[in-house]
Amino acid sequence: MSMLRFFNRTPAPEPAPTAPIARERLQILLAHERGARGQPDLLMQLREEILQVVSRHVTLDPDKVIVRMERGKMVSTLEVDIEVPSGIEGKFAAAS
Amino acid sequence: MAKVLVVTSGKGGVGKTTTTASIGAALAQAGQKVVVVDFDVGLRNLDLVMGAERRVVFDLINVVQGIAKLPQALIRDKRLENLWLLPASQTKDKDALTEEGVGRIIGELRENCDWVLCDSPAGIERGAMLAMRHADEAVIVTNPEVSSVRDSDRIIGMLDSKTVRAEKGERVEKHILITRYDPARAARGEMLTIDDILEILATPLLGIIPESQDVLRASNVGCPVTLNSPSSAPARAYLDATRRLLGETLPMIVPAGRKGLMDLLRGRRAA
Repeated sequence: MSMLRFFNRTPAPEPAPTAPIARERLQILLAHERGARGQPDLLMQLREEILQVVSRHVTLDPDKVIVRMERGKMVSTLEVDIEVPSGIEGKFAAAS
Repeated sequence: MAKVLVVTSGKGGVGKTTTTASIGAALAQAGQKVVVVDFDVGLRNLDLVMGAERRVVFDLINVVQGIAKLPQALIRDKRLENLWLLPASQTKDKDALTEEGVGRIIGELRENCDWVLCDSPAGIERGAMLAMRHADEAVIVTNPEVSSVRDSDRIIGMLDSKTVRAEKGERVEKHILITRYDPARAARGEMLTIDDILEILATPLLGIIPESQDVLRASNVGCPVTLNSPSSAPARAYLDATRRLLGETLPMIVPAGRKGLMDLLRGRRAA
Protein backbone atom coordinates (compact mmCIF):
# COMPACT_ATOMS: atom_id res chain seq x y z
CA MET A 1 0.00 0.00 0.00
CA SER A 2 2.67 2.45 1.00
CA MET A 3 4.64 1.54 -2.12
CA LEU A 4 1.61 2.30 -4.26
CA ARG A 5 1.10 5.58 -2.49
CA PHE A 6 4.74 6.44 -3.20
CA PHE A 7 4.32 5.94 -6.93
CA ASN A 8 0.89 7.54 -7.20
CA ARG A 9 1.90 10.60 -5.26
CA THR A 10 1.26 13.82 -7.16
CA PRO A 11 4.61 15.41 -7.91
CA ALA A 12 5.56 18.52 -5.96
CA PRO A 13 5.01 21.65 -8.06
CA GLU A 14 8.20 22.61 -9.86
CA PRO A 15 9.59 26.08 -9.14
CA ALA A 16 8.99 28.58 -11.93
CA PRO A 17 11.94 28.83 -14.31
CA THR A 18 14.16 31.82 -13.52
CA ALA A 19 16.24 31.83 -16.71
CA PRO A 20 13.82 34.14 -18.62
CA ILE A 21 14.12 36.70 -15.79
CA ALA A 22 17.93 36.51 -16.01
CA ARG A 23 17.75 37.04 -19.72
CA GLU A 24 15.51 40.10 -19.47
CA ARG A 25 17.57 41.72 -16.70
CA LEU A 26 20.76 41.23 -18.71
CA GLN A 27 19.28 42.70 -21.86
CA ILE A 28 18.17 45.89 -20.08
CA LEU A 29 21.46 46.26 -18.18
CA LEU A 30 23.73 45.66 -21.14
CA ALA A 31 21.79 48.00 -23.41
CA HIS A 32 22.55 50.71 -20.87
CA GLU A 33 26.17 49.72 -20.23
CA ARG A 34 27.05 49.56 -23.91
CA GLY A 35 25.73 53.09 -24.38
CA ALA A 36 27.71 54.41 -21.44
CA ARG A 37 30.98 52.79 -22.50
CA GLY A 38 33.79 55.24 -23.08
CA GLN A 39 31.74 58.14 -21.62
CA PRO A 40 33.07 59.87 -18.52
CA ASP A 41 31.33 58.78 -15.34
CA LEU A 42 28.26 61.02 -15.42
CA LEU A 43 27.40 60.53 -11.75
CA MET A 44 30.89 61.53 -10.55
CA GLN A 45 30.84 64.56 -12.82
CA LEU A 46 27.43 65.69 -11.56
CA ARG A 47 28.51 65.20 -7.99
CA GLU A 48 31.66 67.32 -8.52
CA GLU A 49 29.84 70.15 -10.27
CA ILE A 50 26.93 70.30 -7.83
CA LEU A 51 29.47 70.35 -5.03
CA GLN A 52 31.30 73.28 -6.63
CA VAL A 53 28.14 75.37 -7.04
CA VAL A 54 26.88 74.79 -3.51
CA SER A 55 30.35 75.37 -2.03
CA ARG A 56 30.35 78.89 -3.41
CA HIS A 57 27.61 79.75 -0.94
CA VAL A 58 28.01 77.41 2.02
CA THR A 59 30.84 75.46 3.51
CA LEU A 60 30.02 71.79 3.30
CA ASP A 61 31.58 68.43 3.83
CA PRO A 62 32.21 66.66 0.47
CA ASP A 63 31.44 63.32 2.13
CA LYS A 64 27.94 64.52 2.97
CA VAL A 65 26.91 64.89 -0.66
CA ILE A 66 25.18 61.79 -1.95
CA VAL A 67 24.09 61.35 -5.55
CA ARG A 68 21.83 58.41 -6.34
CA MET A 69 20.45 57.15 -9.57
CA GLU A 70 17.46 54.92 -10.13
CA ARG A 71 17.14 53.60 -13.65
CA GLY A 72 13.72 52.58 -14.81
CA LYS A 73 12.40 51.37 -18.12
CA MET A 74 10.54 54.61 -18.85
CA VAL A 75 12.02 57.27 -16.53
CA SER A 76 15.15 57.53 -14.47
CA THR A 77 15.51 59.68 -11.38
CA LEU A 78 18.53 61.48 -10.04
CA GLU A 79 18.52 62.15 -6.33
CA VAL A 80 20.96 64.60 -4.77
CA ASP A 81 21.21 64.65 -1.00
CA ILE A 82 23.32 67.44 0.51
CA GLU A 83 23.75 67.77 4.22
CA VAL A 84 24.37 71.41 5.17
CA PRO A 85 25.71 72.56 8.50
CA SER A 86 23.10 73.76 11.01
CA GLY A 87 22.56 77.50 11.36
CA ILE A 88 22.34 77.90 7.61
CA GLU A 89 18.56 78.48 7.55
CA GLY A 90 18.97 82.18 8.41
CA LYS A 91 21.12 82.67 5.36
CA PHE A 92 18.49 81.19 3.11
CA ALA A 93 15.87 83.53 4.57
CA ALA A 94 18.13 86.57 4.09
CA ALA A 95 18.75 85.69 0.47
CA SER A 96 15.10 85.43 -0.47
CA MET B 1 53.47 33.24 -38.73
CA ALA B 2 51.78 32.34 -35.49
CA LYS B 3 48.31 33.23 -34.36
CA VAL B 4 48.02 34.88 -30.96
CA LEU B 5 44.89 33.80 -29.09
CA VAL B 6 43.83 35.25 -25.75
CA VAL B 7 41.67 33.20 -23.38
CA THR B 8 39.75 35.76 -21.38
CA SER B 9 36.48 36.32 -19.48
CA GLY B 10 36.50 39.27 -17.09
CA LYS B 11 35.01 37.12 -14.35
CA GLY B 12 37.20 34.80 -12.32
CA GLY B 13 36.66 31.08 -11.83
CA VAL B 14 34.87 30.43 -15.11
CA GLY B 15 37.54 28.12 -16.54
CA LYS B 16 40.13 30.25 -18.38
CA THR B 17 43.14 28.27 -17.19
CA THR B 18 41.46 24.90 -17.79
CA THR B 19 40.51 26.10 -21.27
CA THR B 20 44.01 27.37 -22.06
CA ALA B 21 45.53 24.05 -21.01
CA SER B 22 42.92 21.97 -22.85
CA ILE B 23 42.93 23.91 -26.12
CA GLY B 24 46.73 24.31 -25.95
CA ALA B 25 47.15 20.55 -25.58
CA ALA B 26 44.51 19.82 -28.24
CA LEU B 27 46.27 22.10 -30.75
CA ALA B 28 49.57 20.34 -30.00
CA GLN B 29 47.81 16.96 -30.34
CA ALA B 30 46.76 18.15 -33.82
CA GLY B 31 50.43 18.67 -34.68
CA GLN B 32 50.60 22.44 -34.12
CA LYS B 33 53.57 24.06 -32.41
CA VAL B 34 52.07 25.77 -29.36
CA VAL B 35 53.24 28.03 -26.52
CA VAL B 36 50.85 28.74 -23.63
CA VAL B 37 51.66 31.90 -21.69
CA ASP B 38 50.38 32.54 -18.15
CA PHE B 39 49.67 36.27 -17.66
CA ASP B 40 48.30 35.89 -14.14
CA VAL B 41 51.25 37.43 -12.31
CA GLY B 42 51.10 36.67 -8.58
CA LEU B 43 48.42 33.98 -8.97
CA ARG B 44 49.91 31.66 -11.53
CA ASN B 45 48.14 28.35 -11.98
CA LEU B 46 48.64 27.25 -15.57
CA ASP B 47 51.86 25.47 -14.47
CA LEU B 48 49.85 23.50 -11.89
CA VAL B 49 47.00 22.58 -14.23
CA MET B 50 49.56 21.41 -16.81
CA GLY B 51 51.61 19.46 -14.26
CA ALA B 52 54.78 21.53 -14.71
CA GLU B 53 54.81 23.28 -11.31
CA ARG B 54 58.03 21.61 -10.20
CA ARG B 55 59.93 22.53 -13.32
CA VAL B 56 59.55 26.33 -13.19
CA VAL B 57 62.94 28.07 -13.11
CA PHE B 58 62.43 31.35 -14.94
CA ASP B 59 59.19 33.18 -15.68
CA LEU B 60 57.58 35.80 -17.91
CA ILE B 61 58.88 38.72 -15.83
CA ASN B 62 62.43 37.37 -15.82
CA VAL B 63 62.28 37.41 -19.61
CA VAL B 64 60.71 40.91 -19.70
CA GLN B 65 63.50 42.18 -17.44
CA GLY B 66 66.20 40.45 -19.47
CA ILE B 67 67.33 38.20 -16.59
CA ALA B 68 66.58 35.12 -18.68
CA LYS B 69 66.37 34.52 -22.40
CA LEU B 70 63.02 33.30 -23.75
CA PRO B 71 64.23 29.74 -24.58
CA GLN B 72 65.53 29.37 -21.00
CA ALA B 73 62.12 30.19 -19.53
CA LEU B 74 60.05 27.96 -21.82
CA ILE B 75 59.11 24.61 -20.24
CA ARG B 76 58.56 21.81 -22.69
CA ASP B 77 55.61 19.53 -21.95
CA LYS B 78 56.60 15.98 -21.00
CA ARG B 79 53.74 14.38 -22.96
CA LEU B 80 53.59 16.53 -26.07
CA GLU B 81 56.90 17.55 -27.58
CA ASN B 82 55.46 20.51 -29.52
CA LEU B 83 53.85 22.16 -26.49
CA TRP B 84 55.63 24.70 -24.27
CA LEU B 85 54.64 26.73 -21.22
CA LEU B 86 55.84 30.20 -20.27
CA PRO B 87 54.89 30.53 -16.60
CA ALA B 88 53.89 33.73 -14.79
CA SER B 89 55.87 35.01 -11.86
CA GLN B 90 54.54 34.11 -8.42
CA THR B 91 56.47 36.68 -6.42
CA LYS B 92 57.38 39.68 -8.55
CA ASP B 93 55.49 42.94 -8.61
CA LYS B 94 53.03 42.83 -11.48
CA ASP B 95 54.01 46.35 -12.53
CA ALA B 96 57.20 44.70 -13.80
CA LEU B 97 55.12 43.52 -16.76
CA THR B 98 55.58 46.33 -19.29
CA GLU B 99 53.71 46.78 -22.53
CA GLU B 100 56.97 47.06 -24.44
CA GLY B 101 58.37 43.89 -22.83
CA VAL B 102 55.23 41.87 -23.52
CA GLY B 103 55.22 43.09 -27.13
CA ARG B 104 58.81 41.95 -27.58
CA ILE B 105 58.14 38.45 -26.16
CA ILE B 106 54.96 37.94 -28.21
CA GLY B 107 56.87 39.07 -31.31
CA GLU B 108 59.63 36.56 -30.62
CA LEU B 109 57.13 33.74 -29.96
CA ARG B 110 55.23 34.53 -33.17
CA GLU B 111 58.30 33.76 -35.21
CA ASN B 112 58.91 30.39 -33.62
CA CYS B 113 55.56 28.63 -33.34
CA ASP B 114 52.07 28.25 -34.81
CA TRP B 115 49.96 29.32 -31.82
CA VAL B 116 50.56 31.57 -28.82
CA LEU B 117 47.81 31.15 -26.19
CA CYS B 118 47.62 33.89 -23.58
CA ASP B 119 45.88 32.89 -20.35
CA SER B 120 44.42 36.16 -19.04
CA PRO B 121 44.00 36.99 -15.36
CA ALA B 122 40.47 37.82 -14.18
CA GLY B 123 39.40 41.44 -14.08
CA ILE B 124 39.88 44.28 -16.53
CA GLU B 125 43.07 45.74 -15.10
CA ARG B 126 46.57 45.93 -16.50
CA GLY B 127 47.26 42.16 -16.56
CA ALA B 128 44.09 41.42 -18.52
CA MET B 129 44.80 44.33 -20.88
CA LEU B 130 48.33 43.10 -21.58
CA ALA B 131 47.12 39.53 -22.15
CA MET B 132 44.70 40.68 -24.89
CA ARG B 133 46.86 43.50 -26.26
CA HIS B 134 48.46 41.56 -29.16
CA ALA B 135 45.68 39.06 -29.80
CA ASP B 136 44.54 38.08 -33.29
CA GLU B 137 41.75 35.93 -31.89
CA ALA B 138 39.97 35.67 -28.56
CA VAL B 139 38.16 32.90 -26.74
CA ILE B 140 35.73 34.45 -24.25
CA VAL B 141 34.98 31.87 -21.59
CA THR B 142 31.42 32.32 -20.31
CA ASN B 143 29.32 30.46 -17.75
CA PRO B 144 25.53 30.38 -18.23
CA GLU B 145 25.02 32.83 -15.40
CA VAL B 146 24.20 36.57 -15.31
CA SER B 147 27.44 37.94 -13.81
CA SER B 148 29.61 35.97 -16.21
CA VAL B 149 27.61 37.11 -19.26
CA ARG B 150 27.78 40.74 -18.15
CA ASP B 151 31.57 40.55 -17.70
CA SER B 152 31.97 38.83 -21.08
CA ASP B 153 30.12 41.73 -22.68
CA ARG B 154 32.53 44.15 -21.04
CA ILE B 155 35.54 42.15 -22.25
CA ILE B 156 34.13 42.06 -25.80
CA GLY B 157 33.99 45.86 -25.68
CA MET B 158 37.64 45.98 -24.65
CA LEU B 159 38.70 43.54 -27.37
CA ASP B 160 37.05 45.88 -29.88
CA SER B 161 38.80 49.01 -28.59
CA LYS B 162 41.98 48.37 -26.58
CA THR B 163 43.87 45.82 -28.65
CA VAL B 164 46.62 46.57 -31.18
CA ARG B 165 44.36 45.21 -33.90
CA ALA B 166 41.45 47.45 -32.88
CA GLU B 167 43.73 50.49 -32.86
CA LYS B 168 44.81 49.67 -36.43
CA GLY B 169 41.17 49.42 -37.48
CA GLU B 170 41.33 45.63 -37.74
CA ARG B 171 39.18 43.02 -36.02
CA VAL B 172 40.06 40.56 -33.30
CA GLU B 173 38.22 37.36 -34.18
CA LYS B 174 36.09 36.56 -31.16
CA HIS B 175 34.57 33.26 -30.06
CA ILE B 176 32.33 32.40 -27.12
CA LEU B 177 33.13 29.20 -25.24
CA ILE B 178 30.39 28.22 -22.81
CA THR B 179 31.79 26.21 -19.91
CA ARG B 180 30.26 24.49 -16.87
CA TYR B 181 27.06 23.90 -18.83
CA ASP B 182 24.62 21.78 -16.84
CA PRO B 183 22.00 20.22 -19.16
CA ALA B 184 19.69 19.14 -16.34
CA ARG B 185 19.50 22.66 -14.93
CA ALA B 186 19.07 24.12 -18.40
CA ALA B 187 16.12 21.78 -19.02
CA ARG B 188 14.46 22.99 -15.83
CA GLY B 189 14.78 26.60 -16.97
CA GLU B 190 17.17 27.43 -14.12
CA MET B 191 20.05 28.40 -16.35
CA LEU B 192 20.42 30.86 -19.23
CA THR B 193 20.13 28.93 -22.47
CA ILE B 194 22.81 28.80 -25.16
CA ASP B 195 20.56 30.84 -27.47
CA ASP B 196 20.01 33.50 -24.77
CA ILE B 197 23.77 33.91 -24.26
CA LEU B 198 24.60 34.06 -27.96
CA GLU B 199 21.79 36.52 -28.64
CA ILE B 200 22.87 38.81 -25.80
CA LEU B 201 26.58 38.71 -26.65
CA ALA B 202 26.11 38.65 -30.44
CA THR B 203 29.29 36.64 -30.89
CA PRO B 204 29.72 33.23 -32.57
CA LEU B 205 29.94 30.06 -30.49
CA LEU B 206 33.13 27.97 -30.42
CA GLY B 207 31.87 25.17 -28.19
CA ILE B 208 29.90 24.08 -25.15
CA ILE B 209 31.83 22.35 -22.38
CA PRO B 210 29.59 20.40 -20.00
CA GLU B 211 30.09 20.58 -16.25
CA SER B 212 32.01 17.39 -15.48
CA GLN B 213 34.05 15.63 -12.86
CA ASP B 214 36.57 14.76 -15.57
CA VAL B 215 37.72 18.39 -15.60
CA LEU B 216 38.41 18.34 -11.86
CA ARG B 217 40.14 14.97 -12.08
CA ALA B 218 42.39 16.24 -14.87
CA SER B 219 43.45 19.29 -12.88
CA ASN B 220 44.03 17.14 -9.79
CA VAL B 221 46.65 15.14 -11.65
CA GLY B 222 48.04 18.08 -13.63
CA CYS B 223 47.11 16.86 -17.08
CA PRO B 224 44.91 18.69 -19.62
CA VAL B 225 41.56 16.87 -19.90
CA THR B 226 42.06 16.31 -23.64
CA LEU B 227 45.07 14.14 -22.75
CA ASN B 228 43.91 12.72 -19.44
CA SER B 229 40.54 11.36 -20.60
CA PRO B 230 40.24 12.09 -24.32
CA SER B 231 36.93 10.25 -24.74
CA SER B 232 35.15 12.11 -21.92
CA ALA B 233 32.41 14.60 -22.82
CA PRO B 234 34.40 17.74 -21.86
CA ALA B 235 37.51 16.51 -23.70
CA ARG B 236 35.48 15.81 -26.85
CA ALA B 237 33.94 19.27 -26.60
CA TYR B 238 37.40 20.85 -26.26
CA LEU B 239 38.78 18.78 -29.16
CA ASP B 240 35.86 19.88 -31.37
CA ALA B 241 36.31 23.52 -30.33
CA THR B 242 39.99 23.26 -31.28
CA ARG B 243 39.17 21.82 -34.69
CA ARG B 244 36.84 24.78 -35.23
CA LEU B 245 39.73 27.12 -34.37
CA LEU B 246 41.73 25.32 -37.05
CA GLY B 247 39.03 26.12 -39.57
CA GLU B 248 36.87 23.00 -39.63
CA THR B 249 33.08 23.19 -39.65
CA LEU B 250 31.57 20.71 -37.23
CA PRO B 251 28.03 20.25 -35.92
CA MET B 252 27.60 21.77 -32.46
CA ILE B 253 26.78 19.18 -29.83
CA VAL B 254 24.62 20.51 -27.02
CA PRO B 255 25.31 18.32 -23.98
CA ALA B 256 22.27 16.27 -23.00
CA GLY B 257 21.66 15.24 -19.42
CA ARG B 258 20.99 11.73 -18.27
CA LYS B 259 17.49 11.25 -16.96
CA GLY B 260 17.46 10.59 -13.26
CA LEU B 261 15.11 7.96 -11.81
CA MET B 262 12.82 10.60 -10.35
CA ASP B 263 12.70 12.45 -13.67
CA LEU B 264 11.55 9.23 -15.35
CA LEU B 265 8.94 8.60 -12.69
CA ARG B 266 7.62 12.10 -12.96
CA GLY B 267 7.65 11.95 -16.73
CA ARG B 268 9.88 14.95 -17.09
CA ARG B 269 11.37 15.68 -20.42
CA ALA B 270 15.14 15.47 -20.52
CA ALA B 271 17.34 18.17 -22.05
